[in-house]
Amino acid sequence: MTFIEPRALLEQAARATPEPLAHRVRGLSDRAIAWLFIAPTMVLLLAINIFPLLWTIHLSFTNYRANRPNAALLDVGIDNYVSVLTDPDVWAAMQATAHFLFWTIFLQTLIGFALAYLIDRRFRGHGFWTTVILIPMMLSPAVVGNFWAFLYQPQIGLFNYAVSFFSGVPPSSFEMIGSVKLAPWSIIIVDTWMWTPYVMLICLAGLRSIPNYIYEAAEVDRASKWRQFWSITLPMALPFIMLAVLFRGIENFRMFDMVNLLTSGGPGSTTEVASITLKREAFEKWRTGYSSAFAIVLFVTVFGLANIYVKALNRVKNR
Amino acid sequence: MPTPGISHAHSVVEPSSLSKGIAGVLVILYAVVTMVPLAWIFLTGLKSGPDSIAYPPKVLFEPSAEGYCNLFFSRSRQTPEYIAQLPPSSGTCDSLARSSNMVVVGASNFMPRFLNSLIIAFGSTALSVVLGVTAAYAFSRFKMPLKDDLMFFILSTRMMPPIAVAIPIYLMYREIGLSDTRLGMILLYTAVNVSLAVWLLKGFIDEIPPEYEEAALVDGYTRLQAFFKVVLPQAATGIVATAIFCLIFAWNEYAFAVLLTSGAAQTAPPFIPIIIGEGGQDWPAVAAGTTLFLLPILVFTVLLRKHLLRGITFGAIRK
Repeated sequence: MTFIEPRALLEQAARATPEPLAHRVRGLSDRAIAWLFIAPTMVLLLAINIFPLLWTIHLSFTNYRANRPNAALLDVGIDNYVSVLTDPDVWAAMQATAHFLFWTIFLQTLIGFALAYLIDRRFRGHGFWTTVILIPMMLSPAVVGNFWAFLYQPQIGLFNYAVSFFSGVPPSSFEMIGSVKLAPWSIIIVDTWMWTPYVMLICLAGLRSIPNYIYEAAEVDRASKWRQFWSITLPMALPFIMLAVLFRGIENFRMFDMVNLLTSGGPGSTTEVASITLKREAFEKWRTGYSSAFAIVLFVTVFGLANIYVKALNRVKNR
Repeated sequence: MPTPGISHAHSVVEPSSLSKGIAGVLVILYAVVTMVPLAWIFLTGLKSGPDSIAYPPKVLFEPSAEGYCNLFFSRSRQTPEYIAQLPPSSGTCDSLARSSNMVVVGASNFMPRFLNSLIIAFGSTALSVVLGVTAAYAFSRFKMPLKDDLMFFILSTRMMPPIAVAIPIYLMYREIGLSDTRLGMILLYTAVNVSLAVWLLKGFIDEIPPEYEEAALVDGYTRLQAFFKVVLPQAATGIVATAIFCLIFAWNEYAFAVLLTSGAAQTAPPFIPIIIGEGGQDWPAVAAGTTLFLLPILVFTVLLRKHLLRGITFGAIRK
């Protein structure tokens, strides 16, 4: 169990073997097959990813509105970008996104790692229970998120009932989705419920990649369990934890499904994360040019942050 | 997972049975708590309307077919006189409707939406796997310029926020008549999934020793024959695992579906949350639809459990 293993040696060995003459004279050449095999994928990605991206960049410099396709198209220069970056709503959305990102990643890493650590005790039946724990993350965030709205109902919902059962607070005294204070937490709870297994699974791979002889050596040196955890377990699992945080970070930065169905940004705009603002601007207010600029800003942000983070991850991995 | 060569059974680092016991109890507790929302979805689907919103929430209740009936059929309210003069009811759902002064007026939109989900998920999966396995083979076996850049380019298409891509796709599909069509959604989901398919399958194909094909080439196979007769059978497990990952993504996808489809090609995820009865959401019907929608994924999760880690990290961690 390793990160992408260097197969360089093996590949070199394979290349050093003289290519059999047979396939060079009969049938398609390797070069032709390589292109034949890669071209369809590239064409599809160019048509449905790159072309739209270029089009978004183009639109971001115009005043285009998708609901008025025949209006005169004006080149507005970088005006859209200036408005995006000075728009208080955008900054509020970024703040909501940051709050959501911080708490979901914090909780998921903490609980996910703890679970992985416990499962790595290899108690009887751990395989079965691991599979059970993994189920939420495979389900549709939209369809399940929608059902959580029912669990959160203040009068009748199971969530409020459970909270009141254990804490004694009357179940109708608080609204998870309807109140400004609790609405962000209603989303954080569902996201944590759904994605903690994901972090757990990656952390578990990290824990299992630590060779046993290191612990055996530590036992011989009479290092305490506590000491072993802090100087062996945690540092050696760290690259895996960081990888999990990266994947969760990228995903949650784009979070849309669950928020759209649970709170759709409300109440007011307390839970309006970036994707929701983008959807409002693009598909409700039809400010296509402006929202294209916003989309590019978001893409550059996530791409830039991810790149910086991957550098840090590689430094930890190579330490 | 036992490391080869190191005995676990008598190792000094084997956790004590006390710590195993505590770990087991905590993990099982967590698993049971996270299963409660799913169990509640299943139970709510079997409740009658009043039972579903009873307080305190009912765990024991008389099962009712109401949720599933309302999911599959649409009803309309009639006067008791009108219902009295109707011929005897033809089925369970009809008599259930009549007991609350309603009559079944026809099939609901659930089946067509479910069918759309099936067609789009399977169509895009088949296409992704075909494109993925050919491209992955070429990337795995042939020398080509800018290989790493192309691979990273394929991966980076997955980082874009779906809403950002949705704006130009919406405009493009409107221009070329792919709006709200199954073909449009199949192409879109394929473009999203193909990055995962290429990365995962390249990992699987890398693990097949190239010597197998070399031997086939020496035996007089052409490169294409070797690909079909040697590589594909060897990669079968990887292809199945990749296909299931693509299937799950396409099945669960919501953001594109809700923005780009409204009728003819609408899939189940945007449809289930808007199932409404008289006076608000019909929770038993929503729960019934959710149950049917989640069931296939439960099965797949169990089938996939050995490959889950690899799939969710784009092959960055191999087992």
